[in-house]
Amino acid sequence: MVAQNVFFGIMALIMICAALKVVRTKNVVHAALWLVVVLGGVAGQFLLLGAEFVGVTQVLVYIGAVVVLLLFGVMLTKASLGEEADLNMPNRTLPAIIAALMFGVMTYALIDTFRDTELPRESVTNAATVSDSIFADYIVPFEAVSVLLLAALIGAVVVARKE
Amino acid sequence: MLLVQFLLLSSVLFCIGIYGVLARKNGVMVLMSIELILNAVNINLVAFGTMTNNIAGEVFALFVIAIAAAEVGVGLAIVLLIFRNRSSVDLSSIDSMKG
Repeated sequence: MVAQNVFFGIMALIMICAALKVVRTKNVVHAALWLVVVLGGVAGQFLLLGAEFVGVTQVLVYIGAVVVLLLFGVMLTKASLGEEADLNMPNRTLPAIIAALMFGVMTYALIDTFRDTELPRESVTNAATVSDSIFADYIVPFEAVSVLLLAALIGAVVVARKE
Repeated sequence: MLLVQFLLLSSVLFCIGIYGVLARKNGVMVLMSIELILNAVNINLVAFGTMTNNIAGEVFALFVIAIAAAEVGVGLAIVLLIFRNRSSVDLSSIDSMKG
Protein backbone atom coordinates (compact mmCIF):
# COMPACT_ATOMS: atom_id res chain seq x y z
CA MET A 1 0.00 0.00 0.00
CA VAL A 2 2.81 2.38 0.89
CA ALA A 3 4.68 1.69 -2.35
CA GLN A 4 1.51 2.37 -4.34
CA ASN A 5 1.03 5.68 -2.57
CA VAL A 6 4.65 6.68 -3.25
CA PHE A 7 4.30 5.84 -6.94
CA PHE A 8 0.98 7.67 -7.08
CA GLY A 9 2.61 10.77 -5.61
CA ILE A 10 5.56 10.73 -8.01
CA MET A 11 3.34 10.20 -11.06
CA ALA A 12 0.81 12.81 -9.93
CA LEU A 13 3.57 15.40 -9.45
CA ILE A 14 5.04 14.71 -12.90
CA MET A 15 1.57 14.81 -14.50
CA ILE A 16 0.60 18.12 -12.89
CA CYS A 17 3.91 19.78 -13.88
CA ALA A 18 3.57 18.45 -17.44
CA ALA A 19 -0.07 19.59 -17.68
CA LEU A 20 0.97 23.08 -16.55
CA LYS A 21 3.67 23.05 -19.24
CA VAL A 22 1.02 22.07 -21.83
CA VAL A 23 -1.04 25.18 -21.10
CA ARG A 24 1.89 27.53 -20.42
CA THR A 25 4.59 26.74 -22.99
CA LYS A 26 5.16 29.05 -25.93
CA ASN A 27 6.12 26.24 -28.30
CA VAL A 28 3.27 24.29 -29.93
CA VAL A 29 5.33 21.16 -30.60
CA HIS A 30 6.64 21.14 -27.02
CA ALA A 31 3.04 21.38 -25.79
CA ALA A 32 2.15 18.24 -27.77
CA LEU A 33 5.19 16.43 -26.35
CA TRP A 34 4.34 17.47 -22.76
CA LEU A 35 0.84 16.17 -23.46
CA VAL A 36 2.45 12.75 -24.08
CA VAL A 37 3.87 12.86 -20.53
CA VAL A 38 0.42 13.62 -19.08
CA LEU A 39 -1.26 10.88 -21.10
CA GLY A 40 1.41 8.34 -20.12
CA GLY A 41 0.89 9.31 -16.49
CA VAL A 42 -2.85 8.77 -16.85
CA ALA A 43 -2.13 5.30 -18.28
CA GLY A 44 0.06 4.64 -15.21
CA GLN A 45 -2.78 5.71 -12.91
CA PHE A 46 -5.12 3.29 -14.70
CA LEU A 47 -2.63 0.48 -14.07
CA LEU A 48 -2.39 1.55 -10.42
CA LEU A 49 -6.19 1.30 -10.19
CA GLY A 50 -6.04 -2.22 -11.62
CA ALA A 51 -7.58 -1.32 -14.98
CA GLU A 52 -5.09 -3.06 -17.28
CA PHE A 53 -7.07 -2.93 -20.49
CA VAL A 54 -7.98 0.75 -20.18
CA GLY A 55 -4.33 1.59 -19.47
CA VAL A 56 -3.10 -0.23 -22.57
CA THR A 57 -5.86 1.31 -24.70
CA GLN A 58 -4.88 4.73 -23.36
CA VAL A 59 -1.30 4.22 -24.60
CA LEU A 60 -2.45 2.84 -27.97
CA VAL A 61 -5.15 5.37 -28.78
CA TYR A 62 -3.94 8.56 -27.08
CA ILE A 63 -0.15 8.38 -27.31
CA GLY A 64 -0.22 6.36 -30.53
CA ALA A 65 -2.96 8.10 -32.49
CA VAL A 66 -4.29 11.30 -30.94
CA VAL A 67 -0.89 12.92 -30.30
CA VAL A 68 0.28 12.04 -33.82
CA LEU A 69 -2.93 13.58 -35.17
CA LEU A 70 -2.33 16.73 -33.08
CA LEU A 71 1.26 16.94 -34.36
CA PHE A 72 -0.07 16.63 -37.93
CA GLY A 73 -2.44 19.48 -37.11
CA VAL A 74 0.48 21.57 -35.82
CA MET A 75 2.48 20.93 -38.99
CA LEU A 76 -0.43 21.52 -41.38
CA THR A 77 -1.37 24.83 -39.78
CA LYS A 78 2.22 25.98 -40.40
CA ALA A 79 3.02 26.69 -36.77
CA SER A 80 6.62 27.76 -36.40
CA LEU A 81 8.78 25.11 -34.76
CA GLY A 82 10.36 27.65 -32.41
CA GLU A 83 8.68 29.85 -29.83
CA GLU A 84 5.55 31.67 -30.87
CA ALA A 85 4.48 34.91 -29.25
CA ASP A 86 0.84 34.91 -30.31
CA LEU A 87 -0.50 31.78 -28.59
CA ASN A 88 -2.38 33.18 -25.61
CA MET A 89 -5.37 35.41 -25.11
CA PRO A 90 -4.41 38.92 -23.94
CA ASN A 91 -6.38 38.57 -20.71
CA ARG A 92 -5.31 35.44 -18.84
CA THR A 93 -6.15 36.50 -15.28
CA LEU A 94 -9.85 35.73 -15.64
CA PRO A 95 -9.30 32.12 -16.88
CA ALA A 96 -6.84 31.58 -14.02
CA ILE A 97 -9.38 32.88 -11.50
CA ILE A 98 -12.13 30.68 -12.97
CA ALA A 99 -9.93 27.58 -12.88
CA ALA A 100 -8.75 28.29 -9.32
CA LEU A 101 -12.31 28.91 -8.12
CA MET A 102 -13.53 25.68 -9.73
CA PHE A 103 -10.65 23.76 -8.18
CA GLY A 104 -11.42 25.20 -4.77
CA VAL A 105 -15.08 24.24 -4.94
CA MET A 106 -14.33 20.73 -6.24
CA THR A 107 -11.59 20.12 -3.65
CA TYR A 108 -13.90 21.15 -0.82
CA ALA A 109 -16.77 18.98 -2.08
CA LEU A 110 -14.57 15.93 -2.76
CA ILE A 111 -12.73 16.02 0.56
CA ASP A 112 -15.99 16.64 2.39
CA THR A 113 -17.68 13.63 0.77
CA PHE A 114 -14.96 11.02 0.26
CA ARG A 115 -12.50 11.84 3.03
CA ASP A 116 -11.96 8.30 4.32
CA THR A 117 -13.15 6.11 1.45
CA GLU A 118 -10.56 3.38 0.90
CA LEU A 119 -10.21 1.68 -2.47
CA PRO A 120 -10.59 -2.13 -2.25
CA ARG A 121 -7.39 -4.15 -2.59
CA GLU A 122 -6.86 -6.89 -5.16
CA SER A 123 -9.31 -5.50 -7.69
CA VAL A 124 -7.41 -6.11 -10.93
CA THR A 125 -9.74 -6.52 -13.90
CA ASN A 126 -8.32 -8.17 -17.00
CA ALA A 127 -9.27 -7.77 -20.64
CA ALA A 128 -11.54 -10.84 -20.56
CA THR A 129 -13.81 -9.30 -17.91
CA VAL A 130 -14.02 -6.00 -19.76
CA SER A 131 -14.77 -7.63 -23.12
CA ASP A 132 -17.39 -9.92 -21.57
CA SER A 133 -19.11 -6.85 -20.21
CA ILE A 134 -18.84 -4.84 -23.45
CA PHE A 135 -20.20 -7.62 -25.66
CA ALA A 136 -22.98 -8.66 -23.28
CA ASP A 137 -24.32 -5.74 -21.24
CA TYR A 138 -23.08 -2.81 -23.32
CA ILE A 139 -23.45 -4.12 -26.86
CA VAL A 140 -25.87 -1.33 -27.92
CA PRO A 141 -23.61 1.55 -26.79
CA PHE A 142 -20.68 -0.31 -28.38
CA GLU A 143 -22.44 -0.42 -31.75
CA ALA A 144 -23.48 3.22 -31.34
CA VAL A 145 -19.82 4.16 -30.78
CA SER A 146 -18.80 2.29 -33.93
CA VAL A 147 -21.41 4.17 -35.96
CA LEU A 148 -20.21 7.43 -34.34
CA LEU A 149 -16.61 6.67 -35.35
CA LEU A 150 -17.73 6.03 -38.93
CA ALA A 151 -19.70 9.29 -38.95
CA ALA A 152 -16.71 11.19 -37.53
CA LEU A 153 -14.43 9.63 -40.16
CA ILE A 154 -16.71 10.65 -43.05
CA GLY A 155 -17.36 14.04 -41.48
CA ALA A 156 -13.65 14.77 -41.07
CA VAL A 157 -12.97 13.83 -44.70
CA VAL A 158 -15.87 15.96 -45.97
CA VAL A 159 -14.92 18.98 -43.85
CA ALA A 160 -11.19 18.90 -44.61
CA ARG A 161 -11.51 18.07 -48.34
CA LYS A 162 -10.45 20.66 -50.88
CA GLU A 163 -13.32 21.81 -53.10
CA MET B 1 -4.99 3.91 -1.46
CA LEU B 2 -7.64 6.47 -0.79
CA LEU B 3 -10.26 7.26 -3.42
CA VAL B 4 -9.95 10.98 -2.85
CA GLN B 5 -6.35 11.19 -4.05
CA PHE B 6 -7.39 10.08 -7.54
CA LEU B 7 -10.36 12.43 -7.52
CA LEU B 8 -8.15 15.36 -6.49
CA LEU B 9 -5.59 14.54 -9.21
CA SER B 10 -8.35 14.46 -11.81
CA SER B 11 -9.81 17.75 -10.58
CA VAL B 12 -6.36 19.37 -10.87
CA LEU B 13 -6.04 18.12 -14.46
CA PHE B 14 -9.61 19.25 -15.21
CA CYS B 15 -8.98 22.78 -13.95
CA ILE B 16 -5.68 23.04 -15.84
CA GLY B 17 -7.59 21.96 -18.95
CA ILE B 18 -10.29 24.59 -18.32
CA TYR B 19 -7.56 27.24 -17.97
CA GLY B 20 -6.01 26.07 -21.25
CA VAL B 21 -9.31 26.18 -23.15
CA LEU B 22 -10.01 29.72 -21.94
CA ALA B 23 -6.49 31.18 -22.16
CA ARG B 24 -5.18 29.74 -25.42
CA LYS B 25 -5.71 31.43 -28.77
CA ASN B 26 -4.38 28.73 -31.09
CA GLY B 27 -7.00 26.17 -32.21
CA VAL B 28 -4.69 23.17 -31.89
CA MET B 29 -3.72 24.21 -28.35
CA VAL B 30 -7.40 24.37 -27.35
CA LEU B 31 -7.85 20.81 -28.64
CA MET B 32 -4.89 19.70 -26.48
CA SER B 33 -6.52 21.27 -23.42
CA ILE B 34 -9.77 19.43 -24.22
CA GLU B 35 -7.77 16.19 -24.21
CA LEU B 36 -6.59 17.06 -20.68
CA ILE B 37 -10.22 17.51 -19.57
CA LEU B 38 -11.33 14.19 -21.10
CA ASN B 39 -8.45 12.38 -19.40
CA ALA B 40 -9.44 13.85 -16.05
CA VAL B 41 -12.94 12.46 -16.58
CA ASN B 42 -11.49 9.05 -17.43
CA ILE B 43 -9.49 8.90 -14.19
CA ASN B 44 -12.71 9.67 -12.31
CA LEU B 45 -14.66 6.95 -14.10
CA VAL B 46 -12.04 4.26 -13.49
CA ALA B 47 -11.54 5.32 -9.86
CA PHE B 48 -15.27 5.12 -9.08
CA GLY B 49 -15.50 1.82 -10.97
CA THR B 50 -12.72 0.40 -8.79
CA MET B 51 -14.35 1.75 -5.63
CA THR B 52 -17.71 0.09 -6.32
CA ASN B 53 -16.10 -3.02 -7.87
CA ASN B 54 -18.18 -2.36 -10.98
CA ILE B 55 -16.86 -2.98 -14.48
CA ALA B 56 -19.08 -0.22 -15.93
CA GLY B 57 -16.55 2.45 -14.96
CA GLU B 58 -13.86 0.91 -17.15
CA VAL B 59 -16.27 0.23 -20.02
CA PHE B 60 -17.38 3.85 -20.07
CA ALA B 61 -13.76 5.03 -19.87
CA LEU B 62 -13.16 3.02 -23.06
CA PHE B 63 -16.19 4.67 -24.68
CA VAL B 64 -14.86 8.10 -23.68
CA ILE B 65 -11.49 7.23 -25.27
CA ALA B 66 -13.23 6.25 -28.52
CA ILE B 67 -15.34 9.42 -28.54
CA ALA B 68 -12.24 11.53 -27.80
CA ALA B 69 -10.53 10.03 -30.83
CA ALA B 70 -13.55 10.92 -33.00
CA GLU B 71 -13.68 14.41 -31.47
CA VAL B 72 -10.05 15.20 -32.15
CA GLY B 73 -10.42 13.99 -35.76
CA VAL B 74 -13.38 16.24 -36.48
CA GLY B 75 -11.88 19.10 -34.45
CA LEU B 76 -8.64 19.05 -36.41
CA ALA B 77 -10.59 18.93 -39.69
CA ILE B 78 -12.44 22.09 -38.61
CA VAL B 79 -9.17 23.77 -37.54
CA LEU B 80 -7.62 22.91 -40.92
CA LEU B 81 -10.66 24.35 -42.72
CA ILE B 82 -10.38 27.57 -40.67
CA PHE B 83 -6.66 27.71 -41.49
CA ARG B 84 -7.37 27.26 -45.21
CA ASN B 85 -9.97 30.02 -45.27
CA ARG B 86 -8.18 32.57 -43.05
CA SER B 87 -4.53 31.36 -43.10
CA SER B 88 -4.41 31.53 -39.31
CA VAL B 89 -5.86 29.49 -36.45
CA ASP B 90 -6.29 32.52 -34.19
CA LEU B 91 -9.55 31.80 -32.38
CA SER B 92 -10.08 35.40 -31.24
CA SER B 93 -10.48 36.54 -34.86
CA ILE B 94 -13.30 34.07 -35.55
CA ASP B 95 -16.29 36.19 -34.64
CA SER B 96 -18.50 36.23 -37.75
CA MET B 97 -21.36 34.65 -35.73
CA LYS B 98 -21.01 37.20 -32.94
CA GLY B 99 -24.32 38.96 -32.31
